[in-house]
Amino acid sequence: MPPESHPRSQKSWLDDWKDLAFRAALPFLAMLAALLIGAIVLAFLKVNPLTAYAAIVTGVFGSMSGFTQSLVKATPLLLVGLGICIAFRASMINIGAEGQIILGALGATAWSLAFRNWPGWILLPTTLIASFIAGAAWGFVPGFLKARFRVNEILSTVMMNAIALQLMNLLIRGPLIDQAGVTAGTYLAQSEKLPESVWLTRLIPQTLLHTGAILAVILAVVVYIFLWRTTIGFRIRAVGLNPDASRYAGVNVPAYQALSLTLAGGFAGLAGAVEVMGVHHRLLEGITSGYGFSGIVAALFGGLHPLGLIPASWLFGSLLVGADKMQRAVQVPSALIDTLLGLVVLFVVGSAYISQRWAARRAIAVSKAGKEAEA
Amino acid sequence: MNELFSLAVITGILTSAIRLATPYLFAAVGEAFAQSSGVVNLGVDGIMLVGAFVAFYVTLQTGNLWLAVLAAALVGLLMGLLMSLISVTLKAEQGISGIGLYMFGLGLSSLLFKLLVGTVQTIDGFKVIKIPLLGDIPMIGEIFFQHSLPVYAAFLLVPVAWWFLEKTTWGLKIKAVGQNPAAADSLGVSVDKVRYFSVCLGSVLAGLAGASLSTALVNLFQENLTAGLGFIAVALVYFGGWKPAGILVGALLFSTVNAFQLWMQVLGVNISSDVAVMLPYLLTIAALVFATNRVRQPAALNKPFERGEN
Repeated sequence: MPPESHPRSQKSWLDDWKDLAFRAALPFLAMLAALLIGAIVLAFLKVNPLTAYAAIVTGVFGSMSGFTQSLVKATPLLLVGLGICIAFRASMINIGAEGQIILGALGATAWSLAFRNWPGWILLPTTLIASFIAGAAWGFVPGFLKARFRVNEILSTVMMNAIALQLMNLLIRGPLIDQAGVTAGTYLAQSEKLPESVWLTRLIPQTLLHTGAILAVILAVVVYIFLWRTTIGFRIRAVGLNPDASRYAGVNVPAYQALSLTLAGGFAGLAGAVEVMGVHHRLLEGITSGYGFSGIVAALFGGLHPLGLIPASWLFGSLLVGADKMQRAVQVPSALIDTLLGLVVLFVVGSAYISQRWAARRAIAVSKAGKEAEA
Repeated sequence: MNELFSLAVITGILTSAIRLATPYLFAAVGEAFAQSSGVVNLGVDGIMLVGAFVAFYVTLQTGNLWLAVLAAALVGLLMGLLMSLISVTLKAEQGISGIGLYMFGLGLSSLLFKLLVGTVQTIDGFKVIKIPLLGDIPMIGEIFFQHSLPVYAAFLLVPVAWWFLEKTTWGLKIKAVGQNPAAADSLGVSVDKVRYFSVCLGSVLAGLAGASLSTALVNLFQENLTAGLGFIAVALVYFGGWKPAGILVGALLFSTVNAFQLWMQVLGVNISSDVAVMLPYLLTIAALVFATNRVRQPAALNKPFERGEN
């Protein structure tokens, strides 16, 4: 985050607006640069980049289903991204969303199947809570290791991802396996269908768009209020901005670091829950669809701000849908998008420095102008 | 269970352990260079994937293994330059830029594989070279002296890296820049240049680590071939206390656990393969808990340097 080193009073509203516009434009420049490099790579591979990119756009906006699917994919991205925002704001780099999504999905599946006879108005909210707790537990482990032993959270969260993946494989082939598949002799690695009482209502018939999308947007506002209007949220951000100052101010820095990772895990867990409750209605392999990583990209793109994240996750949801459609329409592998996402991350974090320099230079110019006006 | 402890099996496990340590050694020693200069490069896994694919593809097309190794080193260098540009020149948060580089490498290697190859195929990789005399010693010979060239090279890299870091001017400059960049800068050492060099050297080694995987260990390429091996290599640097000898111990520990796990599956020991595959990752977390705070890390690790600050 660029520190606000310049006195606010000396800047006119126009300068403020220019700063804001410049900062908002940077991610888009980063995106443009990534697309450009992607085009060069494609051209080298003898694929017409324009055909590929056009297929992405028509894939999303060419049909109602493409458009609703982009919202369906934006939903877990938004939830994961909210967790990433909380963690990154505390300077905790959470790479563990993939594993936390899996745990959330596992939690939702196991809970709703275990208590399938409960009435829906109890079962549905408790299933969501179960997924949040399961994801949060998976985030708490690296959080605790960081707080207690100073273990690098990036590495521990990556390892937790691999462990979660194996855990899921173990469970959906063992205790949670769909008995129908066992009887039929196919032994498909997937869980039984969840009870219908926990299925999230479809908002538009014949599409996958479900109420989880609304829940995610509401939670984005909640996280915004949490981070900017509550003491705990303020401390989380303070710990991220300046841990030393926070310590002197009496904030228990390790505890807040652990808390931020735990909460991040909880939100990623919810993303897993909406996937099983709203889209697939069961737990199956590949449940994360890489949202744990694309959620990081969306969060960075949205300026690590819960409200900025809403449009950002829709943008990346669209990209993911467009990539699938592109793969089918013009046979360009959707791995292209993963490549571009990596470049977007690199360019967005790289451009933060440029934006800082720009702000600093503007501040100098403004204060000079102020002095001249006084003289 | 008795089978597991027969002499033949123990020899088999240890031989595999030496072999499997190869990519860990290349990648972790490379990362130690980058980190000694103060830059955490978390993109190692991504570089390894692209290196592994390029080496595989060049071998598939030309059959020339040396050209394959060269190509892998070259893509390592290019990705190292990209990482340096973002993390050194543009002073980005290194944790995030590394993850960006990882995603880029993962995506790019999958994209290239799907477009250029499509199906999993095997290649003729590096052949086993039996060292004369030493290779004939019973057990010891089989475990240590009947391997392919990249395996020997990886173990040779350890003393060379130690010599380079401890005994050469360049090595001392790298460590000075990692400990106190401002002081190094005031003595006329170009912090950025040293960091570019270290990150690029580390990335070349990461590219070679990938090449060793696809041309000497498994002789094929598939999507996400490394399965997080590069991240374990980064963890090994912490575990080894930024010293090549420490990294060697860690790499052997990991490769032995891996070899043990593979042999258990081969022998049909009654343990779920999912649990067995978890072992190295659990071990990594345990190793991190054990290693953190035991050794002092380079003081400027993870901190971009800007002249005139501090």
